[in-house]
Amino acid sequence: MKGFILSFRSEFYKTRKTMGFWSAVLLPLLLCLLLFIGFFNKSDQLAQLPGFMLWLRFAGAILGVMGSLLLPMLIIFIAYSVNSIEHKADTWKTLFSLPIPKLSVYAAKYFYAFFLVLLCLALFVVFTLGFGNLLSVLKPSLKFNEYNIANTLSHLYFKLFLSSLGILSIQFLLSLLFRDFLKPMGIGFICTITGVILAGNGWTYAYLFPYSHPLLALKALQQGKEAHPGSMPSITVDMLTKDTWVSLAVAVAVFIIGYFIVLKKSVK
Amino acid sequence: MVISTEGLTFTFGQQKVVKSLSLNVPEGSIYGFLGPNGAGKTTTIKLLLNLLQTQEGNIKIFDKDLRSNRIEILSQIGSLIEQPAIYAHLSGKENLLNRALLLEVPTQRVDDMLKLVHLTDAAHKKAGQYSLGMKQRLGIALALLSDPKLLILDEPTNGLDPNGIIEIRELLIRLVTQHQKTVFISSHLLAEIEKMATHVGIINYGELLFQGSINDLASLSQPLVQIEANNTVDAANLLTRNNFNVTEVNDHHLFATYTSKQQMGEINSLLNKNGYTVYSINKQQKDLEKLFLDITQPA
Repeated sequence: MKGFILSFRSEFYKTRKTMGFWSAVLLPLLLCLLLFIGFFNKSDQLAQLPGFMLWLRFAGAILGVMGSLLLPMLIIFIAYSVNSIEHKADTWKTLFSLPIPKLSVYAAKYFYAFFLVLLCLALFVVFTLGFGNLLSVLKPSLKFNEYNIANTLSHLYFKLFLSSLGILSIQFLLSLLFRDFLKPMGIGFICTITGVILAGNGWTYAYLFPYSHPLLALKALQQGKEAHPGSMPSITVDMLTKDTWVSLAVAVAVFIIGYFIVLKKSVK
Repeated sequence: MVISTEGLTFTFGQQKVVKSLSLNVPEGSIYGFLGPNGAGKTTTIKLLLNLLQTQEGNIKIFDKDLRSNRIEILSQIGSLIEQPAIYAHLSGKENLLNRALLLEVPTQRVDDMLKLVHLTDAAHKKAGQYSLGMKQRLGIALALLSDPKLLILDEPTNGLDPNGIIEIRELLIRLVTQHQKTVFISSHLLAEIEKMATHVGIINYGELLFQGSINDLASLSQPLVQIEANNTVDAANLLTRNNFNVTEVNDHHLFATYTSKQQMGEINSLLNKNGYTVYSINKQQKDLEKLFLDITQPA
């Protein structure tokens, strides 16, 4: 366990000045900021919307692309950046000749990639809520304060995180095995497009394909859009659907397979 | 023995890269592991560090089996394999701090190491902007960071200028004589190893061709008598007729096997009596470079 903590801290120390780390912070900040500016300028047209719908527009603008494109691409990039730092510096051999169990070194890297995705999604929640509330302070005509979406939003993003673990583990393994960016990127891109097509067309078995999971996770949003204006609108997030279970199972399986590949693989 | 291997064999696909290697590295030695490029040196070193899984044979380091005591053994080894592994986006000092974090070494040690390899002034420069020699020195600082008992260095002087090479050599000698370390150093240059090694192993095509102290190696090479004379070819014929073993003749010199001082005198007077002018005559140790080539090149 000590080896794991040391390795995890070292992962942070190494990446804290790289794009891999900062993209997880800057992406939510910039996207939410853009949205904030957009809403701020168009506040007149948005003033008649009730609080719930306003939040749905605000958060939905990002969530809409999140499932189909943003999250898979972010995952591909993070999985690559965590591994490429060692490929580039030729440091796999030093990592695996440290007096630290190989499992700890490998697991620390794996969980650091998870951590970056979690951090990024958590910041999306924080910035969405922050900028939304800031809007209602600056433009009182926007009734963001009428509805508290914090709970729903954090549930939704947490479900997104769980549904991303399957892809993340696959991309992690690809980036560990291949030195160049094109292979994991190309495979990931094709799989993402396939996943979107499968989930978008409501194929029955889409839940078995990890790259469909983010889009499936956002199905809950549909309910909100269909809500009647009269009734009390709400979104219920069903946290553990079967696609989420598949995603978790894939993550565990790939983690174990990856470990045995690392053990067998001759270190360059 | 700090390192001892028995019947170490490693195969990449169809190709046997290391064949039944039995290394013996005594404590407190500088063991020069010599061989041409592609002889299997790096593979052997990776086996010693458990970066490659042992297929056949066994490895003992500090008299303990490497496989069952991996962590304990690795905690006492510092290593530098091929080009140093350095994060280019971090400064030299940050590279050391990162390693210090992993090895749980006090950060004071980082400054000491920077001073030791003369990188204090460049400590805050990005390691990616270092010259090859600076990178190599940083690599050595990284290897020394945990104050290991055994240093395993793969071609550590690659890319260094003469000054850098001398510095590294003196540092290694100091580590062994003053700090009781053991150094296992690979190289394809005998001349470099000759100047510091106490023990030598020569490997080619994965086979250990020689192993012993540097003196053993020197005694393998037979000394010669080098004679500079006016008519070398005729002189050589004369010596051969008189039962001297002439090994080589060229325009200016001839060489005969050395047996004693007495024999050198006899050669001299024989040549003089027969009207040859001897410009010089002296005993010559066959240099190790030549010996190395003899050993590593198939006949």
